[in-house]
Amino acid sequence: MHAMRNWLIGGILMLALSAVPPVCQGMNMPDSITLDSLVQLYDKVKFDHAKHINLIKDCAVCHHHTTGTLVEDPNCVRCHKNSSETKVVACKGCHSSQPFSAETLKEKQQGTKLYHQDKPGLKGAYHQNCMGCHTKMGGPTGCLDCHKRTKAGDALYNSGTYAPQKTQGNAAGHGH
Amino acid sequence: MKRRDFLKGCMICGAASSLGISKKAWGSGSFEGYPEGMGVLVDLTRCIGCRSCEAACNKEQQLPEPKVPFDDQSVFEEKRRPTEAAYTVVNRYEQSGGPVYRKVQCNHCNEPACLTSCFVNAYTKTKEGAVVYNSKVCVGCRNCMIACPFNVPGYSYSSATNPVIKKCIFCYDTRLKYGKPPACVEICPQEVLTFGHRNDLIKIGHERIRETPDKYVDHIYGEKEVGGTGWLYLSSVPFDKVGFDNTLGNEPIISNVKEFLGTVPMVLSIWPALFTGFHLLSTRQKGHGDDHGHDAHSKSEQEGAKK
Repeated sequence: MHAMRNWLIGGILMLALSAVPPVCQGMNMPDSITLDSLVQLYDKVKFDHAKHINLIKDCAVCHHHTTGTLVEDPNCVRCHKNSSETKVVACKGCHSSQPFSAETLKEKQQGTKLYHQDKPGLKGAYHQNCMGCHTKMGGPTGCLDCHKRTKAGDALYNSGTYAPQKTQGNAAGHGH
Repeated sequence: MKRRDFLKGCMICGAASSLGISKKAWGSGSFEGYPEGMGVLVDLTRCIGCRSCEAACNKEQQLPEPKVPFDDQSVFEEKRRPTEAAYTVVNRYEQSGGPVYRKVQCNHCNEPACLTSCFVNAYTKTKEGAVVYNSKVCVGCRNCMIACPFNVPGYSYSSATNPVIKKCIFCYDTRLKYGKPPACVEICPQEVLTFGHRNDLIKIGHERIRETPDKYVDHIYGEKEVGGTGWLYLSSVPFDKVGFDNTLGNEPIISNVKEFLGTVPMVLSIWPALFTGFHLLSTRQKGHGDDHGHDAHSKSEQEGAKK
């Protein structure tokens, strides 16, 4: 019985390994990533990294110039033609959760950087990356398809238990 | 002096002085906005119509409960405009390449028409770039609703006793004043809304167009329109297809009335003194210097009539 189970596990492991594209083999990658640094109105996202790797194969589709196929965008190539992979590959390593802080705005105003002025914040980077691809590939695009809304979220959106009463008193106080 | 000559003289003097003033004082260039003025760059290509901005605005500005939840997409069936209960609304426009969503709110003009039209001076353009208003002095005349080229100000029709104007104030009181982005910008998941100094946003907008020319119409709506607005827009489809008025021109609305308004103080301050002077001169000449009251005036008029 035990031997049988070991065989089974071994088989599954082999299958799983063979499914990982050759570019990524040997790299130290998480199979699942929990995106929870921005949790407030929506709950954390359990991102199935392995599934996306198997589906897309090329790391650079999401990690643009940081890993996988290196810089291809003609706008970036002009400077980064020979740039190697970066140490930081996580989105939050570069994309700030506070993109409109006083320091960022001051830096932009001083114009010390020639490029990279228009880098989206972390929330923008996640959504633009995920939603952009999901729209093209027919993946889920509804807010609740990826993350559950918290109670605070329900209150803000006047949804769920906080939904407005449809029957009466609704018209009062509203202009027509 | 004949009465006719006197009037002729007045007309010539008046016309000459009004021309002189309008050229000197009001011929100056237009106001380009405060150098530290903030703005928001709205990239229509990124918007997914989630209405989060509407929800955030509702809570931040403590507006009344909506009729339907903010995640209800049925509102897109009609085109909405901002009201007293919603300072910002998102509208959907069906295009060949899929739906395009457009957020509507006050554009915070460099030279606001609402401010120009307000005779109680309720409006202020702050140095941070917000167009705010003092509802305590608002008399509810609705001039600003007519003056606004973007149909933005809403009106509290629901108030029977004290109806006033209601509109987006760039979250000035609670956020902008402290250097923070407005609530709608902060909640936007797609970063459709980029908050920053207006001057920087114009550069960023042009850079986006330059980097991906196929994606955008080569125009930033609001960079020049009606003298420039604090909120700027990028779009993948022609702006008039998604509810923008392309016919407004680049002149601030105030330019239409600047010349006329310039003569008002002149008329109020100079004309009374000028005409009193003429009157005194004309009556003194006739040797009635010691008797220049209503009698003298009526006398000279009678004389004029005889001649």
